[in-house]
Amino acid sequence: MSGLTKTASKKATSKSTMQAYLTGFFLSLMLTLVAYFSVVNQILGGRALLVAVIGLALAQLLVQLVFFLHLGRESKPRHKLMVFAFMLLVIGIVVGGSLWIMDNLNYNMMPHEMDEHMLQEYDQGGI
Amino acid sequence: MGNLVGQTADQTTGQAAATTPLSSSSSKTIFGFWVYLMTDCVLFASLFATYAVLHGNTFGGPSGKDIFDMPFVLTETLMLLTSSFTAGLAVLAAQVQDKKTVIFCLAVTFLLGASFLGMELYEFHALVAEGNSWRTSGFLSAFFTLVGTHGMHIAAGLIWIGVLVGQILKKGLTKPVTRRLTLFSMFWHFLDIIWIFIFTIVYLMGVM
Repeated sequence: MSGLTKTASKKATSKSTMQAYLTGFFLSLMLTLVAYFSVVNQILGGRALLVAVIGLALAQLLVQLVFFLHLGRESKPRHKLMVFAFMLLVIGIVVGGSLWIMDNLNYNMMPHEMDEHMLQEYDQGGI
Repeated sequence: MGNLVGQTADQTTGQAAATTPLSSSSSKTIFGFWVYLMTDCVLFASLFATYAVLHGNTFGGPSGKDIFDMPFVLTETLMLLTSSFTAGLAVLAAQVQDKKTVIFCLAVTFLLGASFLGMELYEFHALVAEGNSWRTSGFLSAFFTLVGTHGMHIAAGLIWIGVLVGQILKKGLTKPVTRRLTLFSMFWHFLDIIWIFIFTIVYLMGVM
């Protein structure tokens, strides 16, 4: 008897996760297609398109984390969520820091500035 | 070896420990694998950072706009997305001990994953054949490293599916096998998420 109820309840939980997977799959498909066609057909211009596409990717990340990887569904203590948050922090530092530094470097090494500088030196008979 | 240790731990910790999430051996393994996935995220994040820095350095070679075939990439994306879904279905079927459905779902996942990898290799081969290899420019080096690393993960996942199907056929859906199936599905979902970012940052933003 208890075995039977156990199977029944297992089936019920499996049904509810099936719903989650279907929802997740449908949302991911929609988000992918919207992102793809808004880029290919150039529905929005320039900066708005960029923001929209990044927003769609982040929405997709959230959808897949929640519906496929079941993030945040664990009971306390939420170790998975903590490790995930720490990973986001590391990525923020590594990616944000790299882009910031390299952007600065590019700015300081702008080719035309260097050319002017070299031309000046050339005019002064430096090179 | 790891399998043996896991099994003994399962038996000894048994029922009493199963109530709290992290004390049962199975959820410890799942948590450990989750930590691995997060470190893998950091690996991919550094490759993404490299790509973001180098994507403009085409050195007279082609830029993303010139070489990306968008309908091709969309097909790849949809295939990987569907395979992620079928991997999830395999886990659901394993929860109700439905062996046939598990194997069927894994087979579909394998076929979609293999087609994805085949398309990616075809894309790489076509690029190299046109003279746009990783040696052409900083952009292409970063592109091949990022997309290739993802492809290698997919190849590892395909081998994993093969081993899993073998184990299911030989041992049935025992507790350790089901646990490995759960880990595999996490790995596969994770690769899908990484691909979404490759699709967005490399391909979509590349042709904007």
